[in-house]
Amino acid sequence: MRNPQLDARGELTHLLTLEGLPREIIVRILDTAESFVGVTEREVKKVPLLRGMSVFNVFFENSTRTRTTFEIAAKRLSADVVNLNIDTSSTKKGETLLDTVDNLSAMHADMFVVRHSTSGAAHLIAAHVGPERHVINAGDGRHAHPTQGLLDAYTIRHYKRDFTALSVAIVGDILHSRVARSLIHALGILGTPDIRVIGPRTLLPTGVESLGVRVFNDMRQGLAGTDVVVMLRLQNERMGGPLLPSAQEFFKYYGLTPEKLAVAKPDAIVMHPGPMNRGIEIDSAVADGPHSVILPQVTFGIAVRMAVMSILGGS
Amino acid sequence: MKLHIRNGRLVDPRNEVDRPFDLFIAEGRVAGIGGAPRGFAADRVIDATGLVIAPGLVDLAARLREPGLEYKATLESEMLAAVAGGVTSLACPPDTDPPLDEPGLVEMLKRRASSLNLARVYPVGALTAKLQGERLTEMAELRDHGCIAFSQADVPLHDTQILWRALQYAQTFGLAVWLRPQDPHLAKSGVAHDGEVATRLGLPGIPPFAETIALATILALVRVTGTRVHLCRLSVGESVDLVRAAKRDGLPVTCDVAAHHLHLCDIDLGYFDSRCHVVPPFRSQRDRDALRAGLADGTIDAVCSDHTPVDEDAKQLPFGESEPGTTGLELLLPLVLKWSHESRLPLVKALGRATSDPARILGVEAGHLGLGAPADVCVFDPESYLQVQPAALRSQGKNTPFVGYELPGVVRYTLVAGEVVFEREPGESR
Repeated sequence: MRNPQLDARGELTHLLTLEGLPREIIVRILDTAESFVGVTEREVKKVPLLRGMSVFNVFFENSTRTRTTFEIAAKRLSADVVNLNIDTSSTKKGETLLDTVDNLSAMHADMFVVRHSTSGAAHLIAAHVGPERHVINAGDGRHAHPTQGLLDAYTIRHYKRDFTALSVAIVGDILHSRVARSLIHALGILGTPDIRVIGPRTLLPTGVESLGVRVFNDMRQGLAGTDVVVMLRLQNERMGGPLLPSAQEFFKYYGLTPEKLAVAKPDAIVMHPGPMNRGIEIDSAVADGPHSVILPQVTFGIAVRMAVMSILGGS
Repeated sequence: MKLHIRNGRLVDPRNEVDRPFDLFIAEGRVAGIGGAPRGFAADRVIDATGLVIAPGLVDLAARLREPGLEYKATLESEMLAAVAGGVTSLACPPDTDPPLDEPGLVEMLKRRASSLNLARVYPVGALTAKLQGERLTEMAELRDHGCIAFSQADVPLHDTQILWRALQYAQTFGLAVWLRPQDPHLAKSGVAHDGEVATRLGLPGIPPFAETIALATILALVRVTGTRVHLCRLSVGESVDLVRAAKRDGLPVTCDVAAHHLHLCDIDLGYFDSRCHVVPPFRSQRDRDALRAGLADGTIDAVCSDHTPVDEDAKQLPFGESEPGTTGLELLLPLVLKWSHESRLPLVKALGRATSDPARILGVEAGHLGLGAPADVCVFDPESYLQVQPAALRSQGKNTPFVGYELPGVVRYTLVAGEVVFEREPGESR
């Protein structure tokens, strides 16, 4: 079975997941992103790499933040950008996901940035539009959020340089997290020897060890000696159900506080994909503290998305 | 019509026959085996050189989608698919629209089916009204109108009290109840086997114990009620152990497995292949191997197609939103043969799981070719392989994870009650 995001020559045609991507492709994206970081700091923040191309941000699930960073990235590459928030209303009218995609294709979209609440949606769309149009997965269900995984990897590389000596802990709701899955794949491909996941058993998916991680239920044990701490967002709707009793109890045992962070390496960095729930998964003292690289992540995110779009658009 | 099928290899599992025998058919029944009855003059002679003459297949689960779901399939299309697959008797689950919970609906289905003069159709009645799991159906009355058993199909029965009462009531009249074991709460919102593949793909999981817990509940109720229960579509290895122990204890239970579960597991989901979205889900390789072994040793009594025609639009969706189900009638024989080749089982034993054993569960006179038996016959070429191509399938359901597979076994003639209802030229595609 051929990897559906690579063409016959092994070049990237879609970005659907980081799983199974060759290391060289990931490194090329990170290197390209590095060259774009300068662009975003220039007075004229534009390069003409995607001039004349149309990028459609198609969000079947709401996200102002991610959509905005994609929009900025596309505009800095001089692409024409169309934003579509498609809630379930058109589905209720009977139009299927692929009908919607066909309609947008007929409007000559060159690139689709897709977010959808169901795992596998981006794969389905990519298989449907074929190799002439490019699909970037901006998050599908619990499955993948590859540009987030790449920007996390970029951030880690920026601060820590070498993956092959790192210990990285990912904390919180692993079960529902596409961010965690994509980061785990990125870290594995880049040679990270120690990837840990930390959370109560209700928030860890079955057989998570098979992704190449070590599992910790105790946060202090899990954080001991780590170089990187990645906090995940905990959705409100997980509270008070069968998975977690309360936000208070979660914060007590799995919220990142200065005291818990103290067992990590002294120069550890703290990351979060945003938006943060202060006082639920992270204490403000940490979020705004010296270890936090949460805002640089956002900045790097634009460069990483520019890199992905320029590589896909140039192929 | 008098028929003489000559030069074939007669394989009749119930009568433990596997040798070159001619078959003579008169008045819809087997009139002679090996030698012609006195004064037999054939109206037609079928040359079965190099072919197997077997009882027509008996399928314990084939959805014909009537009444109500004709946009997915019709009786005409699916009954033709059945005989093209060598299936001459089939049981259809009650999950039609409306469900088969009233005698009138059952009568209509039977009348429509018999007017087509193709396979024999045995309706399974709804266990509860509208399959809602609240009120019992008039089971005895439905039995009198032709229902051979009672079931919830894949619709969950949340209330164990009602399950217990339904079993008691069925036992009052000596009726059989068919149940697919699955705890509805544990399976809620799941779409794939809860294991490493689902974790990787981010698909909500159905844990294996959703099946084994429900199975243990059913077995406990069988123990107290004595009701004859058939367990449908086992998917978990541990379930096979539970049934084995229950049978050893003398409980009146039988069970089946879907043919596709003998060959595929969760790894086959690949990159969200919605053709692999089935109910119950494809589980681990270990589970699949236990199902294969269980069918071989007889713990699992029968293999069925679990034929579920799904229209293309319903599959062209993200995996979890796609409609579960796969076409199966025309692949039942090939998948049974593939399993028997790979398991090095004698053909006569393997075919029994799709003929005489399911006929025993149905409690009907079918699935064998003894003298005087109904002449429901499947004549097939066991050595030919054909590639599965959706366009060549008779069924309106074209979705199957086996597209592109080269599978053994090509049905050449299908007879129901002594009439040739299907024949295929050599070289014609599946």
